Amino acid sequence: MTEPVATSNGQRMNGAAGHPSLKAETRGLSFFYGEKAALREVNLPVHERRATALIGPSGCGKSTLLRCFNRMHDLYPDHRYAGEIRLYPDDINLLAPETDPIEARLRIGMVFQKPNPFPKSVFENIAYGLRLRGLRDKTEIAERVERALHDAALWDEVKDRLEDSAYALSGGQQQRLCIARALATEPELLLFDEPTSALDPLATASIEALIGRLKSQVTALIVTHNLQQATRVAEFAAFMYLGELLEFGPTEALFNAPSQKRTEDYLAGRFG
Amino acid sequence: MATSLPRRRRKMESAIEWLLAGAALAAILTTLGIAAVLVGESLPFFRSVSLWRFLTDTQWTPLFADPRFGIGVLLSGTATSSLVALAVAIPCGTALALFLSEFAVGPLRESVKPILELLAGVPTVVFGYFALDVVTPLLQKAWPALPGFNLLSAGLVMGVMIIPYVASLSEDALRAVPMSLREGAYALGATRLQAAWQVVFPAAFSGVAAAYVLGVSRAIGETMIVAIAAGQQPRLTLNPFEPAATVTTYIVQVAKGDVPHGSLGYRTIFAAALALFLLALTFNLAADWIRRRQRLRGRIS
Repeated sequence: MTEPVATSNGQRMNGAAGHPSLKAETRGLSFFYGEKAALREVNLPVHERRATALIGPSGCGKSTLLRCFNRMHDLYPDHRYAGEIRLYPDDINLLAPETDPIEARLRIGMVFQKPNPFPKSVFENIAYGLRLRGLRDKTEIAERVERALHDAALWDEVKDRLEDSAYALSGGQQQRLCIARALATEPELLLFDEPTSALDPLATASIEALIGRLKSQVTALIVTHNLQQATRVAEFAAFMYLGELLEFGPTEALFNAPSQKRTEDYLAGRFG
Repeated sequence: MATSLPRRRRKMESAIEWLLAGAALAAILTTLGIAAVLVGESLPFFRSVSLWRFLTDTQWTPLFADPRFGIGVLLSGTATSSLVALAVAIPCGTALALFLSEFAVGPLRESVKPILELLAGVPTVVFGYFALDVVTPLLQKAWPALPGFNLLSAGLVMGVMIIPYVASLSEDALRAVPMSLREGAYALGATRLQAAWQVVFPAAFSGVAAAYVLGVSRAIGETMIVAIAAGQQPRLTLNPFEPAATVTTYIVQVAKGDVPHGSLGYRTIFAAALALFLLALTFNLAADWIRRRQRLRGRIS
């Protein structure tokens, strides 16, 4: 495997293959809605400061897998996790009973399929996550809001309308606002659940470019239906089918030479 | 045969349209009718008593030898009892709605709702005697000087009566907030309480405000509880520890009494009712204005 070697900024290295170190991994992760198994024994590595794409046909469990990382399933009744999700470098199990899901969510950000800004001003949308983390200093909040908006490539468009309702923004702007909202909290891992599926091609391109730039700062896990998007933004890709992880590898390798027949058929558009 | 079905359907369709329009029209005509009667019967009243005196006089003694017609006296009773009631109903109703929509799960939720509906089904005359014979004696243990008839007791019980209305409508508004908004808050690390109070509640605010206005309308229109427990002597006061008549109490008193039809005393109830009607209308328009303003600012629901 020819992987870009981690940049020399003091990251941990993971073995002789030159992989960047792991930010997280699932070990034997299964998930149940009631009696129904939605995920079976998934082992997925998530490399630090890289984007990993989860692909596969509808209903294969990729969103379910994503939502295990920040324990989003806990909001709904009748769910059960089995196995582990380790988060590094402190090596905690996100699914352990003693792990507070709120603690996990304070460290792991998420961007949803449809933009879901809060009924607040542009500024307050981003400040909200900071306030949840106990930040009170007005200057610091203002600085971090501005930085997040710069990072999300939204600052120039909204700098004169920070006090306007977030609902006054366009769909693409709202989605970048939601990314800014997550970035402001400096998450260690950022989950994207089909972040561009509700957007037009232009807005999609700007979000993709944004994800590309963010990789110097954060680790990204991206669910996408758009295979081209996976090849454009992600270094790694995981193919899921019927709740199982069938194949994982560097995106290029997985797309050019899939080792499984199912993967090949899916990538060739023979089912979906 | 091939064309008869669409034609029949079209006829049916237009019949239903007329039926629905008729129902809507009936509600509008009733309101207009009430307004017309109130205004029609009040006009002769205002020919004998100037609007200025009606609004500024500090006595309400329409049936005395020296009649005075200060509606402010009755409005003060209405305002005081309503404020006490809303001080109970709005916080409790809001808390209950938040609890039901954001915290309670399955069986608990399912058991609280019917109890609430039961509360809404209790006849107000029962609430009235409850206020007079249970709540007032209890309050007198804390404040021995409290008179047997007082606005406080009536207001508190009225507040309890209004809780289900406020809670039920607010809960509907809160539950109409899309789940994606809650998920957004939780994903940022919000607790249940933070998500409920800082994200869901503001998102539902226009609906919740409408629930509050309904509570206000119920409070100023409530008759039986205040008639039984608050005393019926008109008194200009904002002190809940005193007895006083409200606008509605006065109307009951006179309507059931032996005031000659068409006399000035008889017409006072229409003037008083008109005042009440305008007050309620003002609140409803205010609620509408709030809703519209929220929509302009791009909030949901």
